[in-house]
Amino acid sequence: MAKITFITRDNETIELEGTSGSVMQLAVDNNVAGIDGDCGGVCSCATCHVHVAPEHQAKTGEATEIETDMLELNDYANEQSRLCCQMEISEELDGIVLQVAESD
Amino acid sequence: MSDNSTKNSICVVIGASHAGVNLAFALRKEGWEGEVLLFDKDPELPYHRPPLSKTYLQNEEVNLLKAEDSYQKDNISLNLGVSVNSINRENKTIILSDGSHQPYHKLVLATGARPIIPPIPRIENAKNLYPLRTAADVTNIRNAFQNSINKRVVIIGGGYIGLETAASIKKLGGTVTVLERESRILARVTAPEMSDFFMKLHSENGVEILTDKNVISIDVQDDVNTVNCADGSFYIADIIVVGVGIRVNTELAKEAQLVIENGILIDETACTNDNDIYAIGDCTFHKNPHYNRFVRLESVQNAVDQAKVAAAAICGKKIIYNAIPWFWSDQFNVKLQMVGLSEGYNQLFIRKEESETTKISLWYFKDDTLLAVDAINNPKAFVLGTKFIKDGSKIDTTKLIDASVLFKPLNLLI
Ligand SMILES: Cc1cc2nc3c(=O)[nH]c(=O)nc-3n(C[C@H](O)[C@H](O)[C@H](O)COP(=O)(O)OP(=O)(O)OC[C@H]3O[C@@H](n4cnc5c(N)ncnc54)[C@H](O)[C@@H]3O)c2cc1C
Ligand code: FES
Repeated sequence: MAKITFITRDNETIELEGTSGSVMQLAVDNNVAGIDGDCGGVCSCATCHVHVAPEHQAKTGEATEIETDMLELNDYANEQSRLCCQMEISEELDGIVLQVAESD
Repeated sequence: MSDNSTKNSICVVIGASHAGVNLAFALRKEGWEGEVLLFDKDPELPYHRPPLSKTYLQNEEVNLLKAEDSYQKDNISLNLGVSVNSINRENKTIILSDGSHQPYHKLVLATGARPIIPPIPRIENAKNLYPLRTAADVTNIRNAFQNSINKRVVIIGGGYIGLETAASIKKLGGTVTVLERESRILARVTAPEMSDFFMKLHSENGVEILTDKNVISIDVQDDVNTVNCADGSFYIADIIVVGVGIRVNTELAKEAQLVIENGILIDETACTNDNDIYAIGDCTFHKNPHYNRFVRLESVQNAVDQAKVAAAAICGKKIIYNAIPWFWSDQFNVKLQMVGLSEGYNQLFIRKEESETTKISLWYFKDDTLLAVDAINNPKAFVLGTKFIKDGSKIDTTKLIDASVLFKPLNLLI
């Protein structure tokens, strides 16, 4: 079980708990505004973009190459960016805070 | 003030898949206060279609488009297992399969498409023959596969759905043969170089792909099919999957005398020739302003983006549909991402990255204008291509195909 907190673009805080699956799916299942997951989680749409708070980055590890490539020209991407369909829920993520990234 | 209120209005949506479901939620985001009713004849909770041919054959969980309680939370009435039989534009009602009438103020057609079952002699007798469009189709294929001892699968049609299905079934341990009528696979949508790449990928993974195979009849004996081709060859199949394309669901619109061309004709706000009726997704024939021509697209991107445009228009805000089309396909360990429309290209440039042999991108130009990019295992090419096409950038093609030139926008522009 991992507690995962989302902060939406409107600064709403949503605390969720998950055991398995991707973080994107957890967000979609719970209606987190701004996480659309249009491609169903295959890293093709970038509609699941979040920023990991720096103090929690150790929990998630680095973005994979495909994520950084997909975000290469994204105006809102930074060092904290992840595409959360590529983050598997596990105990290690417990307590993490994710900010939903802006989009055009 | 009250003129603008949508409180007492009803928006009815026919079709609850990528287009219809996204529209319903987008309406709420745009501030629609009235009723939103979704109707679909498919009894399943709305799900993602792309995984059906990719991962769904292996893992048995459908990916829902939205969680079940999301509809309630947004006050969207989801009516599943209900067909819409006709539209009465004069009374502004739709008539359902149970004979009941449902009034609307705004109506959205998101009826999508259905698979073509080609008129092959004796095809109706074939054993375990399925198209692949719905979750139920996949369940049927999976059950037939699990119950089959020999697991010989013939796939008719070498398009994306056929090839993805071939890869999925191969991974499950079947013997897979793809029969393509044209002289190359993916002929309708990509350059010959791409066809070659995917031919090789499939053959390396043990899928047999045969081209110039026109299926002319199917015979059945002892529950086993024989698929006969025009050149005299024949293939034994325990299961047959048909992936030869789709037919747009335009019947409702046609009977209601909406304008149909190669799909339901809509304007740049997704509105049909009736001001209170919109159409979105696979069923539409629409102008792409960037390419300045009318197209019909089969993609999630098109369904989602048109849903947003229509929702805004229904709420009285005008946004113009001006998206660059994009699409993806996953086969074995290869991720293909495509952006733009390559039709009409007269030059093709291919870039192969230095380090990895399967990281390739194809750049389609008409003269010096970039039309489209097919990116194989190369999301960077996909995002760069998207930006270049959007901006109408002029590109130095010598640098583009030189893998030692770093893949950064500024390095590649003229
Ligand atoms: C196997 C497969 C793989 C795919 N892979 C990809 C991919 O990788 N990337 C990509 O971008 N796209 C892919 N696509 C295409 C994508 O799924 C479609 O573009 C998308 O589903 C279109 O959405 P839509 O809502 O317009 O139409 P549809 O998904 O066709 O939905 C239309 C809905 O309307 C309902 N309906 C129709 N008529 C009536 C009626 N009279 N009464 C009640 N209900 C009705 C139907 O039951 C259906 O649920 C794939 C499609 C398939 C089948
Ligand atoms: S859901 Fe599409 S990239 Fe994550």
